[in-house]
Amino acid sequence: MAVLRTFASFVADSARLVLKGGRLYYAWIAFLLVLIAVGAVAYTGQLREGLIATHMRDQVSWGFYIGNFTFLVGVAAAAIMLVIPAYVYNWEPIKEITILGEMLAISALVMCLGFVLVDIGRPDRFWHILPFIGHLNWPSSLLAWDVLVLNTYLILNAFVVTYLLYCAYTEKHYVKKLVLPLVLFSIPMAVSIHTVTAYLYNGLASRPFWNSAILAPRFLASAFCSGPAILLILLQILRKTTKLRIKDEAIFKVAELMAYTMGFNLFLTAAEAFKEFYSNTQHVVYMQYLYFGLKGHYALVPFAWASVLCGLAAFILFLVPKTRKNWITLNIGCVLIYSSVYIEKGMGLIIPGFTPDTLGEIYVYRPSLTEVLVAGGIFAIGFLVFTLLLKAAVPMMLGEFTHTKGRDRFKDAVSSAG
Amino acid sequence: MTMEQDPIPQPESCEGGCDVSRRVFLGAAVATVAGALTGCGDISAEDFLQRNFREMSKQEVQETIARLEREYKEQFGRDVYVGNEPPIPGVIFAYALDLSRCIGCRRCVYACVKENNQSRDPQIQWIRVLQMDKEEGVNLEHDTAYYDPPEVPAPGHFYMPTACQQCKKPPCVKVCPVGATWREKDGIVVVDYNWCIGCRYCMAACPYGARHFNWGEPHLPADELNPHTHYLGNRPRYKGVVEKCTFCIQRTRNGRYPACVEICPTGSRKFGNILDPTSEIRMVLEHKRVFKFKEDLNTQPNFFYFYGV
Ligand code: SF4
Ligand code: SF4
Repeated sequence: MAVLRTFASFVADSARLVLKGGRLYYAWIAFLLVLIAVGAVAYTGQLREGLIATHMRDQVSWGFYIGNFTFLVGVAAAAIMLVIPAYVYNWEPIKEITILGEMLAISALVMCLGFVLVDIGRPDRFWHILPFIGHLNWPSSLLAWDVLVLNTYLILNAFVVTYLLYCAYTEKHYVKKLVLPLVLFSIPMAVSIHTVTAYLYNGLASRPFWNSAILAPRFLASAFCSGPAILLILLQILRKTTKLRIKDEAIFKVAELMAYTMGFNLFLTAAEAFKEFYSNTQHVVYMQYLYFGLKGHYALVPFAWASVLCGLAAFILFLVPKTRKNWITLNIGCVLIYSSVYIEKGMGLIIPGFTPDTLGEIYVYRPSLTEVLVAGGIFAIGFLVFTLLLKAAVPMMLGEFTHTKGRDRFKDAVSSAG
Repeated sequence: MTMEQDPIPQPESCEGGCDVSRRVFLGAAVATVAGALTGCGDISAEDFLQRNFREMSKQEVQETIARLEREYKEQFGRDVYVGNEPPIPGVIFAYALDLSRCIGCRRCVYACVKENNQSRDPQIQWIRVLQMDKEEGVNLEHDTAYYDPPEVPAPGHFYMPTACQQCKKPPCVKVCPVGATWREKDGIVVVDYNWCIGCRYCMAACPYGARHFNWGEPHLPADELNPHTHYLGNRPRYKGVVEKCTFCIQRTRNGRYPACVEICPTGSRKFGNILDPTSEIRMVLEHKRVFKFKEDLNTQPNFFYFYGV
């Protein structure tokens, strides 16, 4: 009973933390809410008209939504890029901040589920996919697997984050025997969400562009650099705006790991390109469409090369210790990695898979305004979730705010964690 | 064809029943909310709670069909028969298409649209006729479905009609996350339009571009509606679900030829029971050399192409 009561006050206090903030905080939240509202209006239109409001058609039957979904599954891996050095190598400077990675994972997964939901034609039949209640075609369908692993990973992270914060709030030390196995379990889970998502495409013999054995390794390699790219920028913002102490070496360590994964990712991409272009079978057309254009259609070409160049530049910036330890070049590198992987794992993966289609037709797909607005709304939801999580978590992590301490902050209009 | 022995339409027996009244009661509220939230209009509780066709009891199938007939009557102002004739024992359907005869006139395309109640706007067509270069042979890098010469066949070209190949190992069935599409005992791959969630994974998996999505609300003028339908076949479809060729299940399970076979002016299309040694399809397999489209993918189509002359 007592536990329940404390937990209730934990929830209530978190809500109060989230509601109180500085002017900048409110402006940011308002901005996100506007984006969400615009997205919601666009989505209502899509529900009324049907998916014809998008530019997807029979030839290219998945597009921007599924591209973003795929990219965000990668971002959700960010957590384990912190967990591995922290817990496996017992590297203390990172340990305190792994919870940030887990919160990023939660937000990314919320967006993933959002993108799947807006992509399906009959959201009113969502219950058909629920195990036991509906009819989940498991183990045959990889989409069924994906539903299971994504939700497990989401629940796992949500539990760990809540538990750690609750311990901080009640000023108790967390039970290591409980947390450690869960955190370690999240490593294979993170690997599995990528593998399963890659297999989703990989298993389709109808689409030679995806039907390549190194698709899953490529997913892992690119995910392990894009997620941390966001985290690195975030860590710098947090230590400027809050009292959270994050050591330089922690940031540099993560950057070093990213250099290796980016290098590996580029190598895998090159291996794939070599196989296609050198053997030059009919299957080369998809990669040709992506990098050189096909039969007068060049829609993806500039993006494809931008992705390769950004990736290369970032790899060099992160590899050379001097540029890795320089804040300006480090941050440029993060943005470059983010852009490179966003193109590669988003539209650069989905669209060439469908172009030309299985009967040889080229349908040039570009997202419609509805798709862009709806996607904007979902990204805003993700950022909102992340902001709110941070807002409540940071003062608790710092020990500034617990069930006994820090209540006076509710009296001031401006909080230090704004 | 020896399909004359009239099958008695009887639903396949299904195990398991369910407490309909409790489900309806719980579902009514959920359905209203789901309908309102998802903009899918006024779905009734029965609509919302309808189960996968293969999991329904005989009685549930009857009730569902009665409800659908009522709904279609309301929608089109005409009586619509929704059948659920089961597969005929001892029959597996197969198709053979003579590439040397086909002239690319697309009469099959339009006969199919008419017979199978495809949406006229947005246009959905289950058959796609590809114009190929004679010099290239069957080569998907040198084809188009958008040919429009003053007269067919155009010089230097031949034609290859495609549709669902009714694969023995259908990748579309394998990937569906909710079991909304499956292969029947007579080899026809079908979709339950009331169970499909519209994720389009099957469209990504099909190597033949055979599956089509209702991107918008399907429009079918009431006077063009074919009222003789089958639950798993040509009954009018909904927005947001997938559909495909079913070998005219509503005809072939009643001993008739598919509409495309009947209409073809050159006799390029052969159809029949592959288990019957005297059938035309067996004659083709015996005396002509056939090939399967994209054989290397091991989808094992029950659809063959051949060069008759
Ligand atoms: S042709 Fe396509 S839709 Fe038809 S059974 Fe094969 S995979 Fe499925
Ligand atoms: S679109 Fe429908 S039939 Fe196709 S995989 Fe999704 S739920 Fe199954």
